Amino acid sequence: MAGGISTALGAKSVRSGQKVNGATQESPWVRRLIIGTGLFYFALFLLLPLGSVFVEAFRKGLDVYLAALMDPDALSAIKLTLIVAVISVPLNLVFGVAAAWAITKFNFPGKRILITMIDLPFSVSPVIAGLIFVLVFGAQGWFGSWFLDNDVKIIFAIPGILLATIFVTFPFVARELIPLMEAQGKEEEEAAIVLGARGWQVFRFVTLPNILWGVIYGVVLCNARAMGEFGAVSVVSGHIRGETNSMPLHVEILYNEYNFAAAFAVASLLAILALLTLLIKTFVEWKAAKVNSELKEG
Amino acid sequence: MSIQVNSIYKSFGDFKALDNVSLEFPTGKLVALLGPSGCGKTTLLRIIAGLETADSGQVILDGQDASDRHVRERQVGFVFQHYALFKHMTVFENVAFGLRVKPRRERPSEAVIKKKVHDLLALVQLDWLADRFPSQLSGGQRQRIALARALAVEPKVLLLDEPFGALDAKVRKELRRWLRRLHDEIHVTSIFVTHDQEEALEVADEVVLMNQGKVEQVGTPDQVYDKPATPFVYSFLGSVNLFHGRVDGEVVHVGPHQLVHGGSTVADGSSVVAFARPHELTISKDPESLGVYAVIERVLTFGATSRIELIGLDINEEKTSQNYEVELTRLEVASLNVAEGDHVYLVPKKLSVFEHKGTAA
Repeated sequence: MAGGISTALGAKSVRSGQKVNGATQESPWVRRLIIGTGLFYFALFLLLPLGSVFVEAFRKGLDVYLAALMDPDALSAIKLTLIVAVISVPLNLVFGVAAAWAITKFNFPGKRILITMIDLPFSVSPVIAGLIFVLVFGAQGWFGSWFLDNDVKIIFAIPGILLATIFVTFPFVARELIPLMEAQGKEEEEAAIVLGARGWQVFRFVTLPNILWGVIYGVVLCNARAMGEFGAVSVVSGHIRGETNSMPLHVEILYNEYNFAAAFAVASLLAILALLTLLIKTFVEWKAAKVNSELKEG
Repeated sequence: MSIQVNSIYKSFGDFKALDNVSLEFPTGKLVALLGPSGCGKTTLLRIIAGLETADSGQVILDGQDASDRHVRERQVGFVFQHYALFKHMTVFENVAFGLRVKPRRERPSEAVIKKKVHDLLALVQLDWLADRFPSQLSGGQRQRIALARALAVEPKVLLLDEPFGALDAKVRKELRRWLRRLHDEIHVTSIFVTHDQEEALEVADEVVLMNQGKVEQVGTPDQVYDKPATPFVYSFLGSVNLFHGRVDGEVVHVGPHQLVHGGSTVADGSSVVAFARPHELTISKDPESLGVYAVIERVLTFGATSRIELIGLDINEEKTSQNYEVELTRLEVASLNVAEGDHVYLVPKKLSVFEHKGTAA
């Protein structure tokens, strides 16, 4: 995750290194065996399931596929997933950039604690994350009766799903930016301040352009998780069809009802989203590596 | 603008970076802050700029206490060791940055900015690089651009933090001469930090020598080189021969030998360290001469001078652990007729004596 960009850089150097040195290469059959094993695993555990999603989705023909997607419940699930992503991703973007900026450019008490806390959602099981919100906001929870009295619905409603999603996607942008900004140091910002730039000018004209690709990378990952999150959302959603079912939950319901074609049809949308994410991620990595290598030459 | 700092203290955890530093930097001069790494010189520079806050003490700019003034309002230009150019901006935009971020009513028009940037680029002789990005420039070019960028806001003071530290030897040399000429042209009060004594002595009007958070000596390059105030300055500026002994009237007793010194304020009988630079020593074969007994290890001649390396000898003519270095002209070496392996006396032409304080040099 955080190492994504640097890994891409490393891969590049390995590729160019391979051609040169015959003396350090393994014998051909060892190489074939190792590459073959890798490809076999890749096919078995990645290609096969991915392919099967699409095969199953179209097994009963295009009409059934389209009908499954046009179903009002499916449309509502798609809509909910999009709403959740549209709200949670920008919020975590703002939080992530602000947190990374504060952590890397300033010293303040409680900095270590903040760094540790940012990682919390990664170390807590999503189901637990969902349960936390049920315990706090649910009918039997701490604030439950107050919300009930004031007719505010959080659990088993969209706000709960939003909270759970924001919680699980909380670290993506910040985690991506902290190492990047740490590596860049403070000198450019200091130079800008000495030249008379104000706080927001420093951020807008100096910091942001330097971290732009890191931000995009974080947002792409954050978005993929926000749309695909199952566990935490499942706990707080209540599975009300047409209301609080997101796409992953809808897939599960359809599958449990033996409606395989429809389940795979909706699943195929998520798979397409995943492929798209990978594509953008690869592009951003390539772009970031290019920018990085230019900086290193300099 | 004159700069003054009054009893500045600064520590990082247990480490005392600056320990009661008071200095005055005269208007229009180029001053070098010189010292080994970790002596606090960069910290002092950053405190003057406002990038760092002193634990106590004052920074006075132009007669006014600026200790609490924000960096933006101090009107300083700062040049960083690693240039700190904005990587995503062209050279032109880098230099224009300080003008563009001014509040709207102070901001010059686009035409004025354009003219000013080109004038500055002409001043640093890099007008033809305006459209390039920093990554396309050499280190020396980058540092000149960084300087032009700092000058764009017409700072009253120019602060340079090891400006040539990241450059190779040849470029360093060129660039420091260039900086000297530039300073003669623009006369902005400037302070630059360096650990390179040659650089400081060659470029600066005045040198401030610092060690372990304290100021050791302030003076012109000639003063600090010829009349070092402390043992530290002596050993930091150029190579030096060191004698441990006891002072007694006109002479210093070094083991069984005596050396004549040029006058000292140290009380008779005290333990002292005495310094002589390689060119302040001569060699004599006369056993009557007042000098330290040593054997010649090597004679290295290049150009007009010879460097002679010697090792001290005790009364039994056994080698001691003391090393000496003498610089003589080629002619002197020829007339003395010395060769490797000769046993000789080292006679100082000039000897500076300091009280021995245990920790000194």
